[in-house]
Amino acid sequence: MRSQRETWADTLTELAATNEEVLVLDGDLGTSTKADVFARRHPDRFLQMGIAEQNMVGVAAGLASMGYVPWLSSFAVFLTHRALDQVRLLVAQPGANVKIGAGYAGLLTGLTGKTHQDVQDLAIMRAMPGMTVLAPGDEFECAAMTRWATDVAGPVYLRLTRDPTPPLFDDTYRFELGRVYPLREGRDALLISTGPQTSRCIEAADLLEVSGISAGVLHVPSIKPVDASAVVAAALGSELLVSVEEHSVLGGLGGLLGEILTTHLPRRLVRIGLEDCWGESAPNDFLLEKHGLSAARITERVMLELQGTPTRRNA
Amino acid sequence: MTKAGAPSPHADLEERARVGRWLVMRTVAASGAGHIGGPMSAMDLLTALYFAVLNIRPDEPDWPDRDRFILSKGHSAIGLYAVMAQRGYFPIDELATFDKGDSRLQGHPDMTRLPGLDASTGSLGQGLAVGVGIALGARLRGRDLRTFVMLGDGECQEGMVWESVAIAARYRLANLVAIVDDNGLQQYGWPAADGPGARDGARDDSRGDRSEPWPRGNLRAVFEGFGWRVLEIDGHDFGAILGACAHAREAGAGKRPTAILAHTVKGRGLSFTEGIHAWHARIPTPDELAAARVELGIDASGEPQ
Repeated sequence: MRSQRETWADTLTELAATNEEVLVLDGDLGTSTKADVFARRHPDRFLQMGIAEQNMVGVAAGLASMGYVPWLSSFAVFLTHRALDQVRLLVAQPGANVKIGAGYAGLLTGLTGKTHQDVQDLAIMRAMPGMTVLAPGDEFECAAMTRWATDVAGPVYLRLTRDPTPPLFDDTYRFELGRVYPLREGRDALLISTGPQTSRCIEAADLLEVSGISAGVLHVPSIKPVDASAVVAAALGSELLVSVEEHSVLGGLGGLLGEILTTHLPRRLVRIGLEDCWGESAPNDFLLEKHGLSAARITERVMLELQGTPTRRNA
Repeated sequence: MTKAGAPSPHADLEERARVGRWLVMRTVAASGAGHIGGPMSAMDLLTALYFAVLNIRPDEPDWPDRDRFILSKGHSAIGLYAVMAQRGYFPIDELATFDKGDSRLQGHPDMTRLPGLDASTGSLGQGLAVGVGIALGARLRGRDLRTFVMLGDGECQEGMVWESVAIAARYRLANLVAIVDDNGLQQYGWPAADGPGARDGARDDSRGDRSEPWPRGNLRAVFEGFGWRVLEIDGHDFGAILGACAHAREAGAGKRPTAILAHTVKGRGLSFTEGIHAWHARIPTPDELAAARVELGIDASGEPQ
């Protein structure tokens, strides 16, 4: 098990050996985001921008206009929230070839709490015209997305997580923009997830199987764009659809699925995620339990929903 | 200043700026939208840049070795367009599309629509960061080009400006020039002492003429404190503008970015707009437009030349 941040930094370090346009701009979090790995190997192409994310985004846009492929290194929340207007006007609107390496996204940020957890980033970035939004599920997908984003022209938001993630794929994985991945078949319910939360959904599907419930798992790593007809095709076989994400239930994967289903396949959708609330500094297990994201809590929730029991709100 | 009777050494630039001011007034009046004060204060600087300073090719706007220019104070877009049109980037007639649907001439500059723009701006404080990135990229690429960014003094209230100022100094970007159009007024600002200080024409505001400066301290000292070289000039004196820009361009001048603090007058060029905050974004009435035409020496057709 490797963390996405390590995979991201290693992949860029390797890419930069042959691609002379790759630069990394750091908002003084390189030892956390692992951009320091890149800095040691390619000191001339590592630009320390200091604790000033808004300027960093603008500098990246300028470098992109000179033909470089600048990757930003910071925590997701400081890029999508603090530097939102700069990402909007200097990157997304002009279509600048800037890659947003958004570290420490989601809820599990190493005991740092509400300031550092980004559980609105998908909603924000998804609403931005011109932005590609990706959330890798494991190290293999993360490496493939990092390579893909470096090669493609235009802005990309790459949602990276901090802690090691169990593998969903192997080194034969090839990323295709928009594609969704049915990882498990199931008749009774379909768990639809993104990022490392997908591995917790697979665990939940295992637990449900023990109880005689057949749950499928659909992995959606391309938040924007996404192949809506593939989502609909995967959802056809299940009466109960459950979105599960380390993100607010507003506007992220759950919101995206609601938009697709309302138009193409009106069906009950239960959304698991942060119920419009703030995070806190606490161990990962505590946070996953509290917000209904652990395999055990997902299992419980699916069983309740299948029984037609009224939805239990998170404490 | 030239002696009475002696031809001005910059008569061509003065003529361009005069026409530019007329194009600003005429376009804003026709579109019913836009700004007057800022474009007029920046007009001499913009004219000097596009006609005598920037190494550019209007017929090849994406020429890779061109000097770059970013109008960070994007709300002065019509001033920039009036100059770019005269310089040949697009026909002067196209100014009539300013702020209209599907126009290339957006209310705030949009680089995806109009060739020749090096950034999309309009949200204040952001242009210098892009300029830093271009200057850094030019140096990494070994390209001998200069990047000029124009800011307003009011814009310097945005904290992001100072993030960029610090990083430009850290990376010793001698190929970067920030020009501050220091006209001392902003959209609303603060009242000067009511009563004696209030100027004629500003009486619509019962709390003074809004000429109280923002508490910026000593802007020159702030830039210098960050490690910039600072040149202070009269932003309406073409000799001074050209001299400062030439000085800023000198490669051997050291390893510091240059800030040109250009003292200007908001609404410069018309007796009734100069120094009046209310002209920040006011639309000229037909009478005011007629008065502007006469003051700027444009004939009754309203067509320049």
